[in-house]
Amino acid sequence: MPDDKRVAILGAGMHPWGKWGRNFVEYGLAAAGDALAEANLPWTSIQYVAGADTIRNGYPGFVAGATFAQALGWTGARVSSAYAACASGAQAINNARAQILAGLCDVALVIGADTTPKGFFKPVGGDRKDDPDWLRFHLMGATNPTYFALYARRRMELFGATEEDFAAVKVKNARHGLENPYARYRKEVTADEVLASPMVADPLRLLEICATSDGGAALVLCSMEFAKRHAGNKDLVTIDAVSTVTPRFPQAIIEMPNFSTDSSVAASSVGPTFKNSIALAAYEEAGIGPEDVSLAEVYDLSSALELDWYEDLNLCKQGEAERLLRDGDTTLGGRVPVNPSGGLSCFGEAIPAQAIAQVCELTWQLRGQATGRQVEGARVGITANQGLFGHGSSVIVSR
Amino acid sequence: MSTAKTRVPAIEGWFTLDEDAPALLGSACTSCGNIAFPKETYFCRNPECQGREFAETPLSRTGKVWSYTDACYQPPDPYVPADPYVPFALCAVELAAEQMVVMGQVVPGIGVDDLTIGTEVELVLDVLHEDDEHEYMVWKWRPVGATSSETSEGAAGA
Repeated sequence: MPDDKRVAILGAGMHPWGKWGRNFVEYGLAAAGDALAEANLPWTSIQYVAGADTIRNGYPGFVAGATFAQALGWTGARVSSAYAACASGAQAINNARAQILAGLCDVALVIGADTTPKGFFKPVGGDRKDDPDWLRFHLMGATNPTYFALYARRRMELFGATEEDFAAVKVKNARHGLENPYARYRKEVTADEVLASPMVADPLRLLEICATSDGGAALVLCSMEFAKRHAGNKDLVTIDAVSTVTPRFPQAIIEMPNFSTDSSVAASSVGPTFKNSIALAAYEEAGIGPEDVSLAEVYDLSSALELDWYEDLNLCKQGEAERLLRDGDTTLGGRVPVNPSGGLSCFGEAIPAQAIAQVCELTWQLRGQATGRQVEGARVGITANQGLFGHGSSVIVSR
Repeated sequence: MSTAKTRVPAIEGWFTLDEDAPALLGSACTSCGNIAFPKETYFCRNPECQGREFAETPLSRTGKVWSYTDACYQPPDPYVPADPYVPFALCAVELAAEQMVVMGQVVPGIGVDDLTIGTEVELVLDVLHEDDEHEYMVWKWRPVGATSSETSEGAAGA
């Protein structure tokens, strides 16, 4: 890939995921400090700060880029703050990347961090009858897991997925995350334990639905020219694609927080589904195909949803995800390990940090630094995530 | 005693209050015919269409279950739960004429064990929550031929 189409990852940093209730800025600064240390750059050399916003921490969260920049000490660096639900981190990465590729800056710092309340995510407060996210809770009591459960039930019906398959995803990811120092849950679970955990939204059980977590992640990104000057000609890890495509009308699959799909009366639904199109755009941008992928970090908001991603990333054909799982292809040591970090299953979701954390993991994997969970010989990694309201992302990283 | 309360919609303009044959109220674009629920009021969502005028259109009262689940734990505010909380089922329903899928709660007494993908369901009105003077009504789905149960025990599908 030509140097004017990719950016280098000089440093990655994370604050461990957990549930402490401290100020989100603290997690973000810890991650930023680690990323800068890995990059061997002082904060004062950063020309552009891209913050991923959090909507549950008041005004400082809405302007996260500036909040982090002020906390690190004003330097006059340019700044952006981005909110895109679960894809916020990818938007921040893309903001920094666009600035670098446009030649407007050489080196940028991307930061996302969150502090989350306990329990189900709920909508922003107030009495807001023109906000579908507020209305779906009020009129239907439809929490996020109920939407994940609708998809899980479809897999069972269409492709013969079983509760045991869903449990096996959790067992796999729990094992993957055991040695990850940043994971919140580092405990092996058995299929029996998963299947004995309380039902939350049939057919999904408590141990199969991702928690909400505190956490922070950061990346130092730069131009290829800057990287070669600063870091020499050693193997650089680069970002080769950031896909942030929107769905295409008519969207025939029900999506959070909607009450209905689009109608296909006036226009036929043709072409790939939204989640599939996110990955296809990333592959096209990077000029590679799914056969080139060494590993993937995907949004396992539920255990069943991870199986959907196998197909949406074209790691297998539709209806073959269960076979891929059962054959061990997506387990560490298999053909294309998925969520070697342990995934959301071991982390829980810290919304604005999560898409950045996915790229941190890929960076360490491609450098061979993912101790205890290393995918041997990893050359290319892909991330996938989906937020509400038509936001989603996929990032491709290579070495 | 609940009969003394005034029945009002939990949200204005989303469905008719016809107790026997209620219908969801969608919009039909007068230019391209695109149907939307809830109603579109400003711009047509069809990217090929410049339409800005919409006719209110009642949606099909019956459809087939596209998928289903339940809410075993009490949803957070602004859901107004019964006290004590009673789990309920939810389903997404394919409407053939409209070529779309619409979600909704399933009536009390019908749980996930009573549903399959493809089950034919019809739209009914039911109480979402109530206060001293009002019953706030919402649409729910009920399997065709099933009667709304007096008991809610089955709703958890346990």
